[in-house]
Amino acid sequence: MNFDFSDDQKALKDEARRFLADKASSKVTRGVLNDAAISFDQTLWRGVAEMGWLGAAIPEAYGGLGLGHLELCVLAEEIGRAVAPIPFSSTAYFFTEALMAAGSEAQKAALLPKVAAGDVIGCFAISEGPGAPAPGAIKAKFDGATLTGAKIPVTDGDCASHAVVAVREGAGVSLVLVDLAEAGVTRTTLKTLDPTRGHAKLEFNAVKAERLGAAGQGWDLAEAVLDRAAVLLAFEQVGGSQACLDMALDYAKSRYAFSRPIGSFQAIKHKLADMYVAIEVARSNAYYGAWALSTEAAELPFAAAAARAAGSDAYYLCAKENIQTHGGMGFTWEVDCHLFYRRAKLLAVQAGAPAVWKEKLVKRLEQRNAA
Amino acid sequence: MDFNDTPEEAKFRAEARAFLEANCQPKAAENDRMLRSLKPKEYMQAAKVYQKRKAEAGFAGITWAKEHGGRGLPPIYAVIFNQEEAKFDAPSGVFAIGLGMCLPTVIAFGSEAMKERYVAKALSGEEIWCQLFSEPSAGSDVAASKTKAVRDGGDWVVNGQKVWTTGAHFSDFGILLVRTNPDVEKHKGLTMLIVDMKAKGVDVRQIHQASGGRDFNEVYFTDVRVPDDHRLGEPGMGWSVALVTLMNERLAVGGSYGPDYKEVLEFARAASSPSGDGALIKNEAFRQKLADWIVRAEGYKLAKFRTMTALSKGQTPGPESSIGKVINANQMMDIANTAIEALDHYGIIDDPALAPIDGAFHQSYMFAPGLRIAGGTDEILKNIIAERVLGLPQDHRADKGVAFKDLPSGR
Repeated sequence: MNFDFSDDQKALKDEARRFLADKASSKVTRGVLNDAAISFDQTLWRGVAEMGWLGAAIPEAYGGLGLGHLELCVLAEEIGRAVAPIPFSSTAYFFTEALMAAGSEAQKAALLPKVAAGDVIGCFAISEGPGAPAPGAIKAKFDGATLTGAKIPVTDGDCASHAVVAVREGAGVSLVLVDLAEAGVTRTTLKTLDPTRGHAKLEFNAVKAERLGAAGQGWDLAEAVLDRAAVLLAFEQVGGSQACLDMALDYAKSRYAFSRPIGSFQAIKHKLADMYVAIEVARSNAYYGAWALSTEAAELPFAAAAARAAGSDAYYLCAKENIQTHGGMGFTWEVDCHLFYRRAKLLAVQAGAPAVWKEKLVKRLEQRNAA
Repeated sequence: MDFNDTPEEAKFRAEARAFLEANCQPKAAENDRMLRSLKPKEYMQAAKVYQKRKAEAGFAGITWAKEHGGRGLPPIYAVIFNQEEAKFDAPSGVFAIGLGMCLPTVIAFGSEAMKERYVAKALSGEEIWCQLFSEPSAGSDVAASKTKAVRDGGDWVVNGQKVWTTGAHFSDFGILLVRTNPDVEKHKGLTMLIVDMKAKGVDVRQIHQASGGRDFNEVYFTDVRVPDDHRLGEPGMGWSVALVTLMNERLAVGGSYGPDYKEVLEFARAASSPSGDGALIKNEAFRQKLADWIVRAEGYKLAKFRTMTALSKGQTPGPESSIGKVINANQMMDIANTAIEALDHYGIIDDPALAPIDGAFHQSYMFAPGLRIAGGTDEILKNIIAERVLGLPQDHRADKGVAFKDLPSGR
């Protein structure tokens, strides 16, 4: 039994935590929050690229570090803990995973080295409105050469250089690769609950695009990408949840009311114990997802759904109870609680809300039992 | 990251399996509820035979030192044996408290003579032990024990009452927490004794539980004489001794009980949805609940794998293992409650012949309230997580610096 990260992976995690503590303090996150004109922190993005993190799971042949997905998981946890205001997940999880899963040799050779270097920012565009993305809801059309339609919302769509887009092609759904500098692309920045990450509506008017993977295979590919990204997002959620618990603990130990630390009251203790239990459940499920992702195990769809459901619930609980533990101070703009509360909601609904992943989990249990 | 045994662990697992195959029947199904068909007397006999063979084969006291009849192996090997044993109808339950909690305490604090007298016979199943801590007015606050022992020559004379004692009615010996000095602070006036459950003045009465069963006892002590050489630790050090026992208890009570989510899935395929237009499994609200149960059950199972990994690397698991019972007891209740309500009016029928899964949901429903209390209530376990894992300060205490005899005690 070795259900833990290796010493090297833990060292990478420590290094990431030190780097982000220095380069991605909440001041950096607030820089993006407070300035509607920017959607990510350029300096942090360059720093992360120089550390090689964007290419952690990209093979060396394509300019990456060739480490693997376990390494990407530990980085994701730290990125989540720092509420980092960069398009890391869109680029390193969604865009990269889609490219590695379905890209032609030429597509991979052209783009992956630029992704690893931080010169390409990717995004993954499937939603076209309220509700869970489903094959029937995809109206954007691809005619074999150009793309026409609209996607809303697209995380990091306002700063991305490239997009993977789910489109209708004939009777089926395909994925296409789009250079967002092409003519016919209109981006509208969206106001969201979490302004520390960019969001846009992307409109395509006969935009040049090329297929990613086989025609009509788009929905299966998208599901596969979502499963892989789900595990990585679950690690961001675990990192964010743990940061909330750490913050609440610090405050509960130092804040006095009725002449004693509020952390000595059972009402606060039990709240924080509940957060701890939720994090342990989420962390354990996330680790299983990491194992499944890194070994390409058949259990990945089940493990990914469980990790994502546990991560979303834990982060919401921890973010809201962190505010509650801080009392009135927690409801001020200046105290960081709301940064986590905002990010918790983005991570919960991005690429499938908790109810969607819980439904997938039960469906996958039924399939597993039937098999 | 992998779920494989090391070569040594795999070899041990194979040995364990060979032993189990030779000595017990495999469970008919993964969730078979053990040895239902045996009567109490036959069960006890089968249990003693099994334990003797287990000890002879070196699978009892796996982690105990060789000088105490154990095998001196790291805790991971005990976990491996337990995993394999769980797949069989192995009657090991009656020894769990003695070997899991009492005897480790005897080994840690007993004299050489005591160890010589008691350890081997407990290990071989010849003698069964129970733990006498809780009292009518000392539950969560077990250090408030009132049962008193007064020195008389070479003996202690014990008077008082213990309660919720598992297995007292079939035990030969027990470890007994007593008040020996009421004039000092409550934690400082306790002493731990080994008591002969067949001694004159010991009266065991089974408790009729709210669930209908009789799994626990009240034990009354009237002028029971315990020789001083049966003391564990110094007089007044009983609380430190008890902590060693209790640390082991939370590991022992952490298992999962009642129908699991796979059985619930089967149940939901057969039951109908509240709208009456299909199976319960098609109902969205039910599916969301089922997902939550899967996440928690898997989370608990996987957290244990993380503990095993720590054990495998020679680290000791800490109080974080307290999360198990908090998760499981509440989940067991929630599953049972949901399943019974899903049956609508029929759900009230508590007859194994008529209810789904032989009435397992009904059993869970009635047993879960007890499980939320036994071995540390949800609230106490959350305090332990908060104080020992998260480092939060202790609550304000009304008993600091006050002699036990002067403490307010309510009714």
